[in-house]
Amino acid sequence: MASSFARVLSSKRKVGILSLVGAGSLTVGFFLNREQHVNAGANVRRIYPPSAEYPDLRKHNNCMASHLTPAVYAKLCDKSTPNGYTLDEAIQTGVDNPGHPFIKTVGMVAGDEESYEVFADLFNPVIKERHNGYDPCTMKHPTDLDSSKIRGGNFDEKYVLSSRVRTGRSIRGLSLPPACTRAERREVERVVIDAVAGLKGDLAGKYYSLTLMTDQEQQQLIDDHFLFDKPVSPLLTCAGMARDWPDARGIWHNNEKTFLVWVNEEDHTRVISMEKGGNMKRVFERFCKGLLEVERLIQEKGWEFMWNEHLGYILTCPSNLGTGLRAGVHVTLPRLSKDPRFPKILDNLRLQKRGTGGVDTAAVGSTFDISNLDRLGQSEVQLVQTVIDGVNYLIECEKRLEKGQDIKIPAPISQFK
Amino acid sequence: MPFGNTHNQLKMNYTAEQEYPDLSKHNNHMAKVLTLEMYANLRDKQTPSGFTVDDVIQTGVDNPGHPFIMTVGCVAGDEETYEVFKELLDPVIEDRHGGYKPTDKHKTDLNPDNLQGGDDLDPNYVLSSRVRTGRSIRGFCLPPHCSRGERRGIESLSVEALGSLDGDLKGKYYALKDMTEEEQQQLIDDHFLFDKPVSPLLLASGMARDWPDGRGIWHNDNKTFLVWVNEEDHLRVISMQKGGNMKEVFNRFCTGLTKIEELFKEKGHEFMWNEHLGYVLTCPSNLGTGLRGGVHVKLPNVSKHEKFGEILKRLRLQKRGTGGVDTAAVGGVFDISNADRLGFSEVELVQMVVDGVKLLVEMEKRLEAGQSIDDLMPEQK
Repeated sequence: MASSFARVLSSKRKVGILSLVGAGSLTVGFFLNREQHVNAGANVRRIYPPSAEYPDLRKHNNCMASHLTPAVYAKLCDKSTPNGYTLDEAIQTGVDNPGHPFIKTVGMVAGDEESYEVFADLFNPVIKERHNGYDPCTMKHPTDLDSSKIRGGNFDEKYVLSSRVRTGRSIRGLSLPPACTRAERREVERVVIDAVAGLKGDLAGKYYSLTLMTDQEQQQLIDDHFLFDKPVSPLLTCAGMARDWPDARGIWHNNEKTFLVWVNEEDHTRVISMEKGGNMKRVFERFCKGLLEVERLIQEKGWEFMWNEHLGYILTCPSNLGTGLRAGVHVTLPRLSKDPRFPKILDNLRLQKRGTGGVDTAAVGSTFDISNLDRLGQSEVQLVQTVIDGVNYLIECEKRLEKGQDIKIPAPISQFK
Repeated sequence: MPFGNTHNQLKMNYTAEQEYPDLSKHNNHMAKVLTLEMYANLRDKQTPSGFTVDDVIQTGVDNPGHPFIMTVGCVAGDEETYEVFKELLDPVIEDRHGGYKPTDKHKTDLNPDNLQGGDDLDPNYVLSSRVRTGRSIRGFCLPPHCSRGERRGIESLSVEALGSLDGDLKGKYYALKDMTEEEQQQLIDDHFLFDKPVSPLLLASGMARDWPDGRGIWHNDNKTFLVWVNEEDHLRVISMQKGGNMKEVFNRFCTGLTKIEELFKEKGHEFMWNEHLGYVLTCPSNLGTGLRGGVHVKLPNVSKHEKFGEILKRLRLQKRGTGGVDTAAVGGVFDISNADRLGFSEVELVQMVVDGVKLLVEMEKRLEAGQSIDDLMPEQK
């Protein structure tokens, strides 16, 4: 049974060393890789030399393509993680999706926790580029879910329509969505359902399995804007995340509809706290309380989240490492949004704007989704404070422009604290 | 995932029950056949190149199917798939190919002289004639499983072989990734250009990985003989021309295929073939001849006849719209082709098309003249 094998693993927070004993497996065995801490898996089948297998990345513009030189490819192409995940699998999404000249996608994913270690020669420069210079080799990522440290966070509801904080969590010992087997995915679902069933009070809620939900339940979830659908983005489907859909996928939410967990979509879990209005402080309080409670509940059963001190919380996409946190508001800024200084102001505040449909959508009217740019290198508390301070500044600008007063571009705030 | 051993390494830590897919809402050949017991028997096996039963069935698990259309739901990753996973694929093949048994033998006949007639289909009704098939190069993995290196190897071998064709077959190769805008437009105008697959049936099996690397189109200068490289199969070979001279189309088809096979053999390569399954292709539906021979034909009256479906069934033919599979007919013009692939030779299948289309055109003329077609009703072939 999977849960007993998970207990064999270290229950302390350190670099995920995974010794996998494959009963009845046909693989050759596990070779100790002298260069790395993790026991790499069996060598990969190769009939062609690396130069014949190296992908054609000349028309590509993503982080993977920027850093996957023929030398790095040759070094890593015959390695695999203890679970058997390979470099070719990790980069497949980036090979299949050359990218856009203006948008730089990441272009690779992790199949398991050990991917970040076994393929560090490629992941590290990608992480550094994506996370604006964060160096996993030398830097440490702070985790802080103490919401009492937040100052302010109650926005003027004339401007802020809703507030939301999201992150992801992975269950240590189980492969990630690009690589997991059906049984592993079902195990993730079981572990999470078990844990959320223990939530009480304002967090008590119900799980809706995608395979079993009724038409009425489905409609309600759509109306609440909670339902997620099978991924259509080729960035995700090429990485294999949508296999076996909708097996072991589901949505849990509390009865008050302010705390939501997605199971087995892009990550093992995505955790969302949200409310109408401007009380970001309360949203973040519930976020931390819920996350810590879920963590406690899974630990009772011998499980833990994937985490290490360099990369923080481990998720499928390198862009979500660290906190995996996006805290944001839907805010109306009719005058500020037309001011040519708006992009620079956002930039200096380390905020990003999106349309209210989420990433890559256009703003409707002058209502924007404003959230933190950074994920890794700052703690949850720091990032949410950045959003609070930043949004306050934006509202101040809007108010000043309403009165015909001038506004100032703020000094850029420092990135790594 | 294709080209990885992830599934085999991990899944053996779980029981067959825990790994067995939920097929309760599925309607494809794989789902009809794959019991828990069969899955348990097969899940620890892999072909020499590492293809597993989970790789075979992934497309069928991801695409439950349509209540009215029965898809196959499995693919082969290499030639050995059909042997290692016989327990699953034999019943799928039997179901898909009209009762073809594991002990049956398939006959290959690419001698165009054996085709009778076919040069006189009325061009007032038959607008174009076409024969296509696929070929796989022995020793290489198939599109769901091949690595970039293998795919490029297939491409360069094919380009070399095709480069040696001469006479009526002399032509040129257009690699998808190097094609100029003008070349691309010309190929689109000629209706030759294939695009990255969008069907989830194909995407879920991993065939579109690394697109457009290693993919291309070769055609002869006369634009009557065409080869697709590394689309759904290693090679798809197409002979086509306007009008109703199916004999000429089939002649060129056989000559071209035979020449290409010789050229590959000169380099020490052969096509995947065995006497039970005939030519081995990625999808079990294309085994045997892999041949679809057909015409675009005007049948506005016959197609409205209440017995149209029955007539086609008896003639062992199928209808499609002129956009290909799953399209609707436009202006009474249908794509009529053989329904079978395996268990009949190439000559036999094209003969059925020639004879059948001749009959359909005769029926069309009768109905145009307001006469009955009852005496023309065929027997079940």
